[in-house]
Amino acid sequence: MNTSSPYLLELKGMSKAFPGVLATDNVDLQIKPGEVHALLGENGAGKSTLVKMIYGILKPDAGSILFNGIPVEVNTPAHARELGVAMVFQHFSLFDSLSVVDNISLGMDHDNDMHELAQQITELSHRYGLPLDPQRHVYTLSVGERQRIEIIRCLLQKPKLLVMDEPTSVLTPQEVEKLFITLKRLSEEGMAILYISHKLNEIKALCSGATILRLGRKVDSVKVEDESAQSLAAMMMGKELKNIAHPKQAELGEVRLLVNGLDLPAKDKTGIALQGINLEVRSGEVVGISGVAGNGQDELLAALNGEQRSAQASSIEIEGQAAGRMGPNERRLIGLASVPEKRLGHGAVPDMNLAENSFLTAFKRLGLIKNSLIDSIKTSLFADKIIQQFSVKTPSSDVPAVSLSGGNLQKFIIGRELLQDPDMLIVAQPTWGVDAGAAQTIRLELRELAAKGAAVLVISQDLDELLEISDRIGAICGGKLSRFYPTSDITIEQVGMLMAGVCIEEGVLNVA
Amino acid sequence: MLPSMIKRQTPSRAMVYLSPLLALALTLVAGILLFLIMGVSPAAALHAFFIEPVSTFYGLTELGVKASPLILIGVALSLGFRAGVWNIGAEGQLIMGGLCGGAVALFFYEKTGFYIIPLILIAGVSGGMMWASIVAFLRTHFNANEILTSLMLSYVAGLFLNLMVHGPLKDPEGYNFPESRLFSESALLPTMFEGSRLHIGFLIALIVVVVGWVLISRTLLGYQIKVMGDAPAAGEHAGFSRSKIIWITLILSGGIAGLAGVIEVSGPIGQLLPTISPGYGFTAIIVAYVGRLHPVGVLFAALLLALTYLGGEEAQISLNLPVAVTGVFQGLLLFFLLASDVLIHYRVSFNNKQMVAS
Repeated sequence: MNTSSPYLLELKGMSKAFPGVLATDNVDLQIKPGEVHALLGENGAGKSTLVKMIYGILKPDAGSILFNGIPVEVNTPAHARELGVAMVFQHFSLFDSLSVVDNISLGMDHDNDMHELAQQITELSHRYGLPLDPQRHVYTLSVGERQRIEIIRCLLQKPKLLVMDEPTSVLTPQEVEKLFITLKRLSEEGMAILYISHKLNEIKALCSGATILRLGRKVDSVKVEDESAQSLAAMMMGKELKNIAHPKQAELGEVRLLVNGLDLPAKDKTGIALQGINLEVRSGEVVGISGVAGNGQDELLAALNGEQRSAQASSIEIEGQAAGRMGPNERRLIGLASVPEKRLGHGAVPDMNLAENSFLTAFKRLGLIKNSLIDSIKTSLFADKIIQQFSVKTPSSDVPAVSLSGGNLQKFIIGRELLQDPDMLIVAQPTWGVDAGAAQTIRLELRELAAKGAAVLVISQDLDELLEISDRIGAICGGKLSRFYPTSDITIEQVGMLMAGVCIEEGVLNVA
Repeated sequence: MLPSMIKRQTPSRAMVYLSPLLALALTLVAGILLFLIMGVSPAAALHAFFIEPVSTFYGLTELGVKASPLILIGVALSLGFRAGVWNIGAEGQLIMGGLCGGAVALFFYEKTGFYIIPLILIAGVSGGMMWASIVAFLRTHFNANEILTSLMLSYVAGLFLNLMVHGPLKDPEGYNFPESRLFSESALLPTMFEGSRLHIGFLIALIVVVVGWVLISRTLLGYQIKVMGDAPAAGEHAGFSRSKIIWITLILSGGIAGLAGVIEVSGPIGQLLPTISPGYGFTAIIVAYVGRLHPVGVLFAALLLALTYLGGEEAQISLNLPVAVTGVFQGLLLFFLLASDVLIHYRVSFNNKQMVAS
């Protein structure tokens, strides 16, 4: 055994391509024994692809994996487990109707004495503060308890490296705290942990080293103690744009959208509660809301477009009308259009054709119902107009939405809203997964809409984009909205701070 | 290595419509094998099953009698299934409709009047609606799975009908048999041809097909139903209400199932019996799927499934085959249909590596 290598696991030049996308591109990574190492990146940065290669689920196209300095080829998860790698997935694979010990036994590579196994489980659960009764049935357990089963299943293999894929996305804050105590304990005992997340505060609290991925490439490997939450955010979101050509401030008109201290409780355990949201969007301006995914963006969009009604009518005012209790269609009629982040299944119905999809949000405002029947001629004409004016590449309006590429469908959805002449547009992730050309077109359309006097609100995780098109920018973090600052007066690092929930007012920044 | 199922990128559109025919062909093949195993000549059996019943005019009218409830319920269920509302308790709604309509018929015993039949039909529709509204209430207020509640309520309805014909609705001169009086003439649906049992319920079923077709393809409600079934989040984005659609589809399907029930009791049956349906409410689920959840498709599928009822009876009489043959044929048809539908949307792969990479 070559013990000269200081690293437990070393990845060199790992690349993996999927049809049409390079998921990871020449990525290096080193983890020392006993180190808690973060793998940090946005959705789609290539984190999952990378760990699937470590765990033998995916085969790399190029690159090498060294374990204790010895090159290995990991072909199957069983092989990875033999090498001492264990993994806790984001989605559990448990049988609800079986007991804890049955579930763990099923996942083992060898046969086991059930009685002995139950004892081992109890012992491990005491030692690492993971209380768990081996005889309980899985369906009676909370999500946090289910995760403990997965962790104990891993620990039984006595791994040298534990990989955890976004383990806290399903946990309550209290459960997260308990999990961290366990993980720190494991690390003290010499186990290395590869911790995948995009939550900066968790990484600050738990990890010593971090490797940051962006768009499949490694941005940097850093010591977490040398970095601040905002510098990590900046690396994760991209920092190459230092000088932004700020758009010319348009003529500001009346307030079109006003949010007054909006509170909205979370819909379920993993949802985010909106707290004290204050926001004002005026005619002629584009306002950007940045933020790391899962900090309340979806909830904010739903609260603003009416999918989720608020308790008080006065907490949201559209064109001066109290709109908090209005549903989506009433809000549309007074001029508010919205484009959700998820195109297929939220913004459009996958199996319906484009004509039918054009009807989805436009039927009231454009009067597409005649004598209580759908006016299919008028609807088709509207769909054709969208396709033509927004250069949607499709053979006709008769093809299902699911057959369009992401960029084309996004052009179609945005076109559907813009051609209804909204006074106000709220759009989430307008160019996510859209190719560069179409993305540029969409951004220009948004600016143009504002120039025509509409109010535009963009919720995006793409910071470069927000800095390019917004007049004012703020951030959402943990369901709270920061103050907004003119884009011309703010730097990427400062936006990073807002995204991490740091108040700029506390002497760091003196603007507005 | 274990075979695995991989989702196809674009399922063949033609196959979606051809699969009922493919399933029918496979059912016939399986049927031939089955008859061979049972020692019956397949040619004679298939003739008895599929040709004999419809070789006379009377046979054709009987096909219409059996098809009427299947058409009605099939159209009603396909509206709900399109919305992702899985009402599989149409049998119970049919029974409650038949019971309520039957009770009204008995109330007007030996009375005459043009108003009696409309009242009976309205009572039947209301009975089915009331029964389905329990399911809708449990679903929208307690998020109780409608598959379970509607199915369980079917058994409750069956037992309740039994209780009624053993008790309050029992024929006072019926020698204590659990049956109601025979309805009087003015409570019976008029027949369409002299000497046959085909009644105006068949016309009502055809009207429901047309109305169902217009509803699902041309109205806002039909659009909402389709959107809610395909992409509920998109429906909410458009401002449609999920619970409204659940209520409407359940009330509608319950009402039509109730109508089918009352048409049975005041049509071919003419009285209340402990059992008023040979499982039309469940067979209609097969009808809805074989008809591709489209009202016109449902019409043809209902005729096909009605034929299996008639053919089953014929095979019993002429070949001494057991009554279970009907159920076996219906089951085979659904089984092959679901299997071909799965293979339209997925392909089988024996290569696990490929599955992971895709």
